[in-house]
Amino acid sequence: MKSILTDRQLAITIERLSHQLVENHLDFRDTVVIGLQPRGIFLSDRIYRHLQALVPSANIPYGKLDITFYRDDYNSGKTLHLPNETDMDFSIDNKRVILIDDVLYTGRTIRSAMDAMLDFGRPAKVELCVLIDRRFSRELPIQPDYTGRTIDAIITERVKVLWNERDGKDEVVLIA
Amino acid sequence: MHLRMSLSVKHLLGIRELTRQDIELVFQTADQFKEVLQRPIKKVPTLRDTTIVNVFFENSTRTRLSFELAEKRLGADVMNFSASGSSVSKGETLIDTVNNILSMKVDMVVMRHSATGAPHFLAKHINVPIVNAGDGINEHPTQALLDAFSIRERLGSVEGKKIAICGDIMHSRVALSNIYCLKKLGAEVTVVGPPTLIPKHIGNALGVNVSYDIKETLKWADVANVLRIQLERQNMPLFSTLREYSLAYGVNRKLLDSLGKDIVIMHPGPINRGVELSSDVADSGQSIILDQVENGVATRMAVLYLLAKKEN
Repeated sequence: MKSILTDRQLAITIERLSHQLVENHLDFRDTVVIGLQPRGIFLSDRIYRHLQALVPSANIPYGKLDITFYRDDYNSGKTLHLPNETDMDFSIDNKRVILIDDVLYTGRTIRSAMDAMLDFGRPAKVELCVLIDRRFSRELPIQPDYTGRTIDAIITERVKVLWNERDGKDEVVLIA
Repeated sequence: MHLRMSLSVKHLLGIRELTRQDIELVFQTADQFKEVLQRPIKKVPTLRDTTIVNVFFENSTRTRLSFELAEKRLGADVMNFSASGSSVSKGETLIDTVNNILSMKVDMVVMRHSATGAPHFLAKHINVPIVNAGDGINEHPTQALLDAFSIRERLGSVEGKKIAICGDIMHSRVALSNIYCLKKLGAEVTVVGPPTLIPKHIGNALGVNVSYDIKETLKWADVANVLRIQLERQNMPLFSTLREYSLAYGVNRKLLDSLGKDIVIMHPGPINRGVELSSDVADSGQSIILDQVENGVATRMAVLYLLAKKEN
């Protein structure tokens, strides 16, 4: 097991991602933030807290999106996935959407997320923000706009993001 | 947060075969489908490669439409079959009928039949999931699930609640499935009605209280689930007239006002207005009858979602 980001590096990375978002969205007037259930929520919660502190005047809509019903492996995967809560009480029509997830791997989750998201309106633009980008592993043409850390990992390796809220500590590790 | 990843059964034949965890898994899944049904686009593509046939050998409005809508909201392809006007009237057997339908590459069967045990019989002979949409006087599992889901929604939980099931217990598959379901979830159940409409020994056999006094029972209850008098299943007179039944066991405003508290009123439909339930009660704020119908779609979506997965 190899550490990719320590708790201090993770905090700095999340802060940097938040600043990059502010750099591009400034007052967040037509921007909404959407975290992907279940694991992307830990990251999106923290980024959202930073954004609120950095742009206190903006009242940024923040939603949580579950993609279970939009997965492409209902009948091909081994296990049945159980749904998590979707909490989206706003329309994304003509909004700039920032999608947030923890690890970008094959791109299939993001494909499902875009499908799920489009049931809430037609956004003006969609951006993708991820903590870890496992490049060279993509099965679909999907790339992030904001990346915490890019890593090259082989298919048998697993990236695990630990969150204090759930796992008792903040760390990103690579498991062989 | 998840109890377990799948149901313990391959078919939904009855609540009898389910565990409490199964029921709670259905509820958790139905919560998420309920959210989907509030969206502007109320449809998800989950079962887009699944074909479901609804086989109805007995009349139905609510249940058939509810299943059909649940299937469509999940993106499944849907076929409907009703016995009237089909080859059943030419003498085709149940297995032949269903096997012929399955040769068209159908992945799942939802069936209602007037014979008790028909879906259990079918489950032994075909290898796709079967959902029982009501079999004779035995079970109507999805009705019980949506009833308990509606109680949970209105009262916060089912555990420890006092539920009265009122009326024609003898001929009601809704009653039997409700008793199994509510008992498994830890509720207290009293069945109340005229002695001729309550099976002997039901108290011991199913662990419910038996009462012949509707007023006393409703005073005790948090919820009254009022059942329809199933005249079509009664082949001998079990009470003198509908008017007399209504006077003795009908749930009306005067009765509810005399309780000194508000109880929740449920009915699985179709209502015989003025017989088991008066109109002013059915349409009052205490009634969750239309919530039951709404929750029926979400609950059935959950059942289909949890059962439709093909094995690899």
